[in-house]
Amino acid sequence: MIALKNITKTFRVAKRQAGFGRAVKALFSREYETVRALTDVSFTVSDGEMVGYIGPNGAGKSTTVKIMCGVLTPDSGACEIDGRVPWKNRIAHAREIGVVFGQRSQLWWDVPVTDSFALIRDIYKVDGKKYQKNLDELTELLDLSEILKTPARNLSLGQRMRCEIAASLLHAPKTLFLDEPTIGLDAVSKLAVRQFIKRLNAENGTTVLLTTHDMQDIEALTERMMLIGKGRILLDGSLAELKTRSPDPAASSEEIVAALYKEYGI
Amino acid sequence: MKAYLSVFRMRFIGALQYRAAAFGGIATQLAWGGMEILALAAFYRANPSAFPMEFSHAVSYVWMQQAFLTLFVVWSWEADILSSISEGSIAYDLVRPVDLYGRWLCQIIGSRLAKALLRCSPILIAAFILPEPYGMSLPPGAGTLLLFFLSAFLSLGVVAAFSMLIYISNFYTLSAAGIRLMVASLADFLSGAIVPLPFFPDKIRAAAELLPFASMQNMPLRIYSGNIVGPDIFKGIALQILWLLILFFAGRAAMGRALGKVVVQGG
Amino acid sequence: MRLYLKYFAIHLKSQMQYKVSFFLTALSQFAVSFTAFLGVYFMFARFNAVDGFTYEQTLLCFSTMLMAFSLAEVFARGFDLFPQMLGSGEFDRALVRPRNIIFQVLAAKMDFTRLGRLLQAAAALCYAIPKSGVVWAWDKIFTLCAMVICGSIVFFSLFLIYAALSFFTVEGLEFMNVLTDGGREFGRYPFSIYGENILRFLTFVVPLALFQYYPLLYLLDRMQNKFFMFTPWVSLVLLIPGCAFFRFGLRRYKSTGS
Repeated sequence: MIALKNITKTFRVAKRQAGFGRAVKALFSREYETVRALTDVSFTVSDGEMVGYIGPNGAGKSTTVKIMCGVLTPDSGACEIDGRVPWKNRIAHAREIGVVFGQRSQLWWDVPVTDSFALIRDIYKVDGKKYQKNLDELTELLDLSEILKTPARNLSLGQRMRCEIAASLLHAPKTLFLDEPTIGLDAVSKLAVRQFIKRLNAENGTTVLLTTHDMQDIEALTERMMLIGKGRILLDGSLAELKTRSPDPAASSEEIVAALYKEYGI
Repeated sequence: MKAYLSVFRMRFIGALQYRAAAFGGIATQLAWGGMEILALAAFYRANPSAFPMEFSHAVSYVWMQQAFLTLFVVWSWEADILSSISEGSIAYDLVRPVDLYGRWLCQIIGSRLAKALLRCSPILIAAFILPEPYGMSLPPGAGTLLLFFLSAFLSLGVVAAFSMLIYISNFYTLSAAGIRLMVASLADFLSGAIVPLPFFPDKIRAAAELLPFASMQNMPLRIYSGNIVGPDIFKGIALQILWLLILFFAGRAAMGRALGKVVVQGG
Repeated sequence: MRLYLKYFAIHLKSQMQYKVSFFLTALSQFAVSFTAFLGVYFMFARFNAVDGFTYEQTLLCFSTMLMAFSLAEVFARGFDLFPQMLGSGEFDRALVRPRNIIFQVLAAKMDFTRLGRLLQAAAALCYAIPKSGVVWAWDKIFTLCAMVICGSIVFFSLFLIYAALSFFTVEGLEFMNVLTDGGREFGRYPFSIYGENILRFLTFVVPLALFQYYPLLYLLDRMQNKFFMFTPWVSLVLLIPGCAFFRFGLRRYKSTGS
């Protein structure tokens, strides 16, 4: 189970000055501003649940994910995942979760994908039999058999994303965080990724939390969605509930969300 | 001309943004220069008669070298130019109505000047304050100072024109980084960046002084310090002009051919 | 250790994908340190000795220093490139993996092209060992090995401090080069030639002299005291503040994310 309570997080950012005179001035004194990345974020996700986390760029989606992964420590608030505090016992926590950062690769660029997988197996200390079983399963479900021997640099974006997801699941984690897993993918790959996530959740009971911009991801995958804007959770409910908020029954979910962004001024 | 000036202005503002980088660089160069001078002092104590320059000249040489480091060293590359060659964004540069060779040359000179101007004054002040024999001295006369400025400017031109040739070679080579590193370290060595040219064994020195590399930092630094005097200054400056012209025209020609190749390949 | 070897194999395999580029870069690394060697050679062609050290004795110094540095550079490149790892998110990836974080950064980057430098160092050492006039008994061999091994661990500690600093700022770290690149460049001569104050600084603050100058005195029989045989091991204390500072920086990174 994932439980966040009143998580708050701020960053301090140096202002960059434009113009010649200001640039000279900035040599000697520099102004900072505090950016509130998350304010009072609370939610729980039960075991085996699948949740979509949406919001515009800079709303705080990735920050939330990083806190849950143990990469960042919040300023205040509590977070427990299966009884573990992510930032307190990083290594024990890391063994139980899987993370996909959609915009970054964890595969070694110049070697065949299987070599990367073998190294990840050793990093996570997955024993031989269990690894082989997981790998066979993932290979079949994600249709990787053709591309396992190819170096990552020669894969298309969609192929690479499938490998990234497999790489994050080789140790069969109970909880999977997906940060923008469908970003930049073509239609076929998007469908394949969505189908896989759905099966993983249904068959293995893996808890899944995914962030996305794409309302279609939400429609295809999750019962429940959370909308975040300017660091606050604005809405936590089902897609159907969302639809009832719209005066226009014919509006697409994209239009409804756009209207919501407008309503909350984000 | 206005386009060139605005390129220069952008570079200068860009360099100013990196405040801490400038302070860090200044501290580094002060420490570096100090260590160089202490090493030279040890050799001087070991055998003053074998020392090929006056010690005070060598001290001035090192401090001026550190103060204007970014002006003269070959290894200070322009990241923008490198990426525009390797990533193919050069196509954008080609549609702008400015001659690309001139624009890049200007960018190199502007960037080097900006970094050097930003860094030189604290180093120079520190170098003048330091006590004898480690402090820097003024050049022998106002005339020498003027000739130093002239020679420094020519030297900057030679360095920029030489590095243009290296950038252009990047159109053709696969391992650009390796070649850049190798050429830069040899060029810097032969221009007196590690050991001033007067310390070279005599025969090697005589040959090295004719190479284009001797027209880089070697010439202005030795003019300033008083190591080169009289008619030798004018001979040196004439050689600098000659090398500048050769490198400039060679670079333009090479650039034309390289761009022709890019266009044929469709960028 | 077994995992480290796996990382080693995958890096080697990756870099061998681009053989031409690999050898050219290695060659250029050789060229860079060759100019440093030429500098020493030219100086000694003019002056026979400095501070009582001959050319061959100085080469012992030059080659052990270069060897220690290049070993650290091959294997601890991850700390040297740490700002890039932070920027690209590679470090975040390491944080979500169940392994010691320093180990992961260490294993994340290995740059075998730096062996070009090592080759240069080995060549100079092979020349200097017979010519330096040292009678190579077991204690001298032990001391020489300690100079190289402890030296590379000291450079590793300096890289570690550099990485720790980059948690706070990515600008202005250039001054660390005085200690790392500077240590290598100025360490080509015995540190005593720079005067007493510098020697004291390099003994008690940044202990580069502990694996360079003092054991060299022992090698050359200028000091008979056995203590000078073991000074390289003393220099390893730098690892303690290095690791502590990195941990401190990591805590801050986790709370600021910058």
